[in-house]
Amino acid sequence: MIRLKLNGKERTFDGDPEMPLLWYLRDVAGLTGTKFGCGMALCGACTVHQNGEAIRSCITPMKEVSGTEITTIEGVPAIHPVQKAWMEIRVPQCGYCQTGQIMQAIALLKDNKNPSDQDIDVAMSGNLCRCGTYSRIRTAIHEAAKELKERA
Amino acid sequence: MKNIENVSRRRFVQGALASGVFILSARFVATPLWAEEDEKTSPFDPSVWMAIGSDGTVIIVAHRSEMGCGSRTALPLVVADELDADWSKVKIDQAIGDPKYGEQDTDGSHSVRSCFELMRQVGATGRAMLIGAAAAQWGVAAKDCSTVPHFVVHKASGRKLGYGELAAAAAKLPVPKKDDVRFKTRVEWRYIGKESNALFDLPDIVTGKAVFGMDAAMPGMLYASIEHPPVLGQKIKSLDDKAALKVEGVRKTLTIDTVEPPHLFKPLGGVAVIADNTWAAFKGRKELKIEWGSSPNSVYNSAEFRKTLEATSRQPGKVVRNVGDVDAAFAKAGKIIEAEYYTPHLAHAAMEPNVAVAEYRDGKVLAWVPTQNPQAVQETVAAVLGIKKEDVTCHVTLLGGGFGRKSKPDQVAEAAILSKQVGKPVKVVWTREDDIKFDFFHSVAAMYMKAAVGDNGKPTAWLQRTTYPPIGSTFDASARYADDEMGLGWNNLPFDIPNHRAENGPADYHVRIGWLRSVANIYHAFAIHSFADELAKSANRDSVGYLLDLLGNARTVELNLKGDDAEDARNYPLETGRLRRVIEVVAERAQWGKRSLGKSHGMGIAAHRSFLTYVATVVEVEVDGKGRVHIPNVWTAVDAGTIVSPDNIRNQFEGAAVFGTSLALFSEITATHGVIDQGNFDSYQITRMNRAPRKIDVHIVESDAPPAGVGEPGVPPVAPALYNAVCAATGKRVRELPLAKTKLA
Repeated sequence: MIRLKLNGKERTFDGDPEMPLLWYLRDVAGLTGTKFGCGMALCGACTVHQNGEAIRSCITPMKEVSGTEITTIEGVPAIHPVQKAWMEIRVPQCGYCQTGQIMQAIALLKDNKNPSDQDIDVAMSGNLCRCGTYSRIRTAIHEAAKELKERA
Repeated sequence: MKNIENVSRRRFVQGALASGVFILSARFVATPLWAEEDEKTSPFDPSVWMAIGSDGTVIIVAHRSEMGCGSRTALPLVVADELDADWSKVKIDQAIGDPKYGEQDTDGSHSVRSCFELMRQVGATGRAMLIGAAAAQWGVAAKDCSTVPHFVVHKASGRKLGYGELAAAAAKLPVPKKDDVRFKTRVEWRYIGKESNALFDLPDIVTGKAVFGMDAAMPGMLYASIEHPPVLGQKIKSLDDKAALKVEGVRKTLTIDTVEPPHLFKPLGGVAVIADNTWAAFKGRKELKIEWGSSPNSVYNSAEFRKTLEATSRQPGKVVRNVGDVDAAFAKAGKIIEAEYYTPHLAHAAMEPNVAVAEYRDGKVLAWVPTQNPQAVQETVAAVLGIKKEDVTCHVTLLGGGFGRKSKPDQVAEAAILSKQVGKPVKVVWTREDDIKFDFFHSVAAMYMKAAVGDNGKPTAWLQRTTYPPIGSTFDASARYADDEMGLGWNNLPFDIPNHRAENGPADYHVRIGWLRSVANIYHAFAIHSFADELAKSANRDSVGYLLDLLGNARTVELNLKGDDAEDARNYPLETGRLRRVIEVVAERAQWGKRSLGKSHGMGIAAHRSFLTYVATVVEVEVDGKGRVHIPNVWTAVDAGTIVSPDNIRNQFEGAAVFGTSLALFSEITATHGVIDQGNFDSYQITRMNRAPRKIDVHIVESDAPPAGVGEPGVPPVAPALYNAVCAATGKRVRELPLAKTKLA
């Protein structure tokens, strides 16, 4: 029996301990905001937070989730400054990768209140966007950083 | 019988609105739109485009799919504008697949282009009827009434009624003819062309509530993962599924017959693992032991095939456009320049892999699909199951990218076939490897170019020949010429050259060929605009000045076209003046020739018209000591005629710069003995943030010409502009995609 805290609630899971967290979230817990893109941690569409750190849920088996706290896009208190910036800059096109991008950006801004373009490149280059919204993502992260600073 | 009529009840209205519903429906006829027609000759049901509830909620039907280009927002915005509706009170209802909406294939960058006037008429007619209802209630003339968003007003008496209050009365009025409806003038538009327009689904996207195909579910559904034949056309020789069936959560395995040509959108065939969840299906599939039979496509090796294509492109081909006498000009010319270009297969690699949910029950199919073409879903599923297409209901979810792949619903047919066998709804989920290996690939192409150059450096003759397995081979296994693709940047060279011939050589296919964002324009523009730049540099001319000289004076280019291309040419003549204008604008914004560039920096330009939109792009590159290309700047100027959402259009062209960077620098699909060599984003690379253009400046040139395409036309100029920039920076002329294959340092 695997116990975890998912978006603030205690959960248990007694299925295949090798099942990646991604498929537990999507097929078992019914939280579909976290996306499947590659299954190999190459695209970042499945990014969630484990104890506040960004992880790729597609390669994280349930046994490694045991006893930890998982936050998905559904668990982010809306509307987070990062989401707000995403809307103001109108980042998305198709939108499929954007929840992963947002989760990665929130994790970046938690550790780095004032990221440079270089910092953003390093943190975000694992998250693919086939529509090509990278320049807007960078702008939105700078915007969110500003807003978070004002709030602090 | 009129083409617009009132209808009392419709599917989407039930439950969506309370009472007092005003529904405006439109009969879709291809040409001429909205003409009077005899009811007896019309086979179509009225189609419903919008409804107004007594609470004022306006529901507008989106009959085109949303894959990131903004059609689902843009078309309803046009209706809302002419209706004079308050956008915050608008809800969008996504249409199912149904011929009553006319064509629904969201590709070819033509949703706004084809539907702009239709959507305007839907809105304007609704507004006229709301005004009519208010005028009757007040006992005044309709011409003395006007609207402000969501209200009809009578200025003289200061009276005002909301659209919700008028809905029931408006519904009882006869539908006015088009000629009797007043359309807004351009200056009255509230939404069309305005910066305030944002994607309707934006709030749902950033909160994870948006429903993509991957997120669709049906009660009691099972999950399937399918091992397809590694080589197109291979059949199962033997199957051992014992180990697969032992995997926890796996229910059973099922086989799907291997496809026979023509491949159309039929399933490839293979072995499906049916399970309780996606992971169990994936895990079980890894345990399958399958021996595959032979296929004629096992001979396919990319390196050898390239030689065949190149050899063909050096031989005379089918003439697709002829001006003057190229051969005579070559015979007497002093200076001849020749060049050959090569571009590989590409995969679409939308971020959402291929997926579908379908349920077969009592001879009917219900499907939820991220599809660009729900009517193709109906036709394909009906054909493989032997049922009527009217018995296939296709709901359309949001698409996690499409780029042309999601016009082809082979995976929906898989889900329907499997559902029929297991007696439950089935969700088919393709892995990323499936998505890349079993694509309908963008074609591999070889181009041969030859020019005779006069003393002034300008060509007196220009021959161009292109050779590639055509998209037509997917529909007709004997197709070897790309007849239908010549309009994609090959039979319409806009240059002012007295002798010009365009040809197309034959090629066989060994994989399924499909259309990918901007299609054949990618390789055609690469060859044409690389070659134009080669001629400029050979003549020691500035690239921009030379390009303008090639285009010559502002004029309409004479094209001898047939079919759809001819229709387009009538409505959208190819104007070199508009192409010149975007070149001049982009050169100015990029400060062409005026910027002091650092060492190992270079700038390149290309200008290409596709999907009836004029685009010029300048790329600045920096080639580092390791030979890696960085892109500090991209500038694009675009004339797409009348536009709906400018910020979304900028986003499309920013994205096109990144998409173009992917295919210019990184992406290539190859085959060995018929098996695709790439599988995931490690072997099939697309642009990541750290290699994407740092700054992308998109400038929209204002135009009141009819709307043209915006989703695709940004892509074709990127690769040639980038390669021309690399040549400017390094002196190296590279003639094949992607650049990763060439050592620059």
